Amino acid sequence: MFKSISLAAAAVALSASASFAATEVTWWHAMGGELGKKLEEVAQKFNDSQSEYKIVPVYKGTYPETLTAAIAAFRAGQQPAIVQVFEVGTGTMMAAKGAVYPVYQLMKDEGEPWDPSKFLAPVVGYYSDAEGNILSMPFNSSTPILYYNKDVFKKAGLDPEVAPKTWAELAEMGKKIVSSGAAKCGFTMSYGATWVGLENYSAIQNLPYGTQQNGFGGMNAEFTFNGPNQAKFWDHLKTWQDEGVYKYGGPSAGADAAPLFYSQQCAAYMNSSASRAGVINNAKDFKVGFAPMPYDDTVTKDPKNSIIGGATLWVLNGQKDKAVYKGAAKFFTYLSQPEVQADWHQFTGYLPITNAAYELGQKQGYYEKNAGSDIAIKQIMRGTPSENSKGVRFGNLTQIRDVIDQQFEAVLNGKKTGQEALDEAAKQGNAKLREFEAANSN
Amino acid sequence: MQTKRTVFQSRLLPYFLIAPQLLITIVFFVWPAVQAVWQSFLRQDPFGLKDTFVGLANYTRLLQDPDYLNSLTVTFVFSIGVTVLSMGLSLLFAICVNRVIRSQRFYTTLLVWPYAVAPAASGLLWWFMFNPSVGIIPYVLEHFGYSWNHRLNPNNAMILIIIAAAWKQISYNFLFFVAGLQSVPHSLTEAAAIDGAGPIKRFWTVVFPLLSPTTFFLAVINITYAMFDTFPIIDAATSGGPSQSTNILVYKVYADGFVGLNLGPSAAQSVVLMLIVVVLTVVQFRWIERKVQY
Repeated sequence: MFKSISLAAAAVALSASASFAATEVTWWHAMGGELGKKLEEVAQKFNDSQSEYKIVPVYKGTYPETLTAAIAAFRAGQQPAIVQVFEVGTGTMMAAKGAVYPVYQLMKDEGEPWDPSKFLAPVVGYYSDAEGNILSMPFNSSTPILYYNKDVFKKAGLDPEVAPKTWAELAEMGKKIVSSGAAKCGFTMSYGATWVGLENYSAIQNLPYGTQQNGFGGMNAEFTFNGPNQAKFWDHLKTWQDEGVYKYGGPSAGADAAPLFYSQQCAAYMNSSASRAGVINNAKDFKVGFAPMPYDDTVTKDPKNSIIGGATLWVLNGQKDKAVYKGAAKFFTYLSQPEVQADWHQFTGYLPITNAAYELGQKQGYYEKNAGSDIAIKQIMRGTPSENSKGVRFGNLTQIRDVIDQQFEAVLNGKKTGQEALDEAAKQGNAKLREFEAANSN
Repeated sequence: MQTKRTVFQSRLLPYFLIAPQLLITIVFFVWPAVQAVWQSFLRQDPFGLKDTFVGLANYTRLLQDPDYLNSLTVTFVFSIGVTVLSMGLSLLFAICVNRVIRSQRFYTTLLVWPYAVAPAASGLLWWFMFNPSVGIIPYVLEHFGYSWNHRLNPNNAMILIIIAAAWKQISYNFLFFVAGLQSVPHSLTEAAAIDGAGPIKRFWTVVFPLLSPTTFFLAVINITYAMFDTFPIIDAATSGGPSQSTNILVYKVYADGFVGLNLGPSAAQSVVLMLIVVVLTVVQFRWIERKVQY
């Protein structure tokens, strides 16, 4: 018995060809629900396309949970080869030089084709280091857009085909909607105090968020988001809340925001372009309109591009089997193919990360057939990006966003003015930046 | 078998016998605790690539941090709130059940049910009932002209987590109070009744003092519970918000360490928590066991 087993084992070892010993490449991700299923499909198709490597996707919960799990695993020497990290964690990952295997380096080492100019410029700019090298593989990037309820607009006597262009127009329409009884509230937002309501507000209005080109220039950056325009904007949100025009959806991603829109309590809703599939699925009883984010015409007449959110794929150092890295590199090459990208982009509402995928979509006539599906792309590509609209990159940003959320809540419950709250947020945020700088300097 | 006596005389055997338990304690309690103490003196990046010994800097910063001082106050209010509410209600229930002659068991079973609900589920349950957009309670309160919103109103949020945490603990307290009430000799209450004391007077002057060991024991248990076991409820119901108004010490350790990846300061906080546990345990053993006797 023992003999036959060992013989079989020897046979397997001898014939250790690709088909028997596909190298497993673990991929931790944070895509639940429909997005998770689609992600698994992408991995499966890659696995079916060749037999040497097997991508094993593992769902690890929310973005912060996934990042935390990956870091804990790294400390224990059990890290996955690939981990999906949201844009807020970019500062943390970039500072962790010994832990990360930069993608440009990986592709070069493994001899895979790699041409950064093929990617959309705003996406690539966000994930490059100071020398312009791409450190992580762009995967799912999105940008906030405005969703609105056409039926409610009509009921309130507004033209359902005309979306509000500015915040003032949005507030005006909101007032009409509330006073006419068409809906209980005008609009709500996800990431109301952070990604949508402060980071993108600052970018679109071309206002600085922090020094050192919003943190891109170095870890010694300080926050400057407490400018008079942002403060005025927060005061407006408070006034609009008191008038019933705006309703707060909760801190962070705003768990209540989407239900408020789906249940037709709020007529408009701002969130990631990747919420598109969810919005369409949930808006069974009403017609949805899509529009770019409103801009503040008291600050600018020429809105800048919006900034991206979403996540990229980071490769972690320390895999014992070096073949794993070869597999990861092959997988990234596969992911960059226009067909794969276009499929992912069109299904999920994330941005196409390569120019070729965008062009493919145009050729397929996808954007004409699906109204509003190219709003996000046009919004991030419009104009010339300035230092203020390239994005924000700071360490400890998860915690700092919590601080900003808390200060925003203090404005909404009337404890502070916009200026007081933003000053306090900047002060506390700067303290956290200094902690990060101290912990990561050599 | 013949060596049984000599074996028991050996000095090593007892240690050998408790070794498994000792090992578990060391691996799961002592070792992490020592690591936490060591980490609280370090400044470290999330990945553990760089360590700097900073001495007591994490502690001094902690004590100057307004958020931490706020968290102390919040924890105090919360644990007192939970203890008073849950002990008060369970005492009331225990007295009621104690007076019921029939179906006492039935009521007891019903009252013990919440104890079987997982804390996270209980947090979600209350979160759902109180949800400002879809919850039933804000909907009802609106008819009374009160606009409930624990997302923005710190008092609402505090009330929500106190109710959720107290509700979970009522079963436990109830069982102890019922047992305590049943051990109060009937002869005493009867004697008081004969002397003309009414039911309320009888309760406060005879029954309640006799319950004091139970009450004191439960007070310590409830405070410990509120301080250390309510993490899932807070996580599910408020996540420490709005504006840190429900960010109790335990939750803050998690938020700073596991979400914020700020390990040094988070370790310092858990060391402080450890000291609080030590104090509470000493109080429990020294004071309760000795002072409150009848």
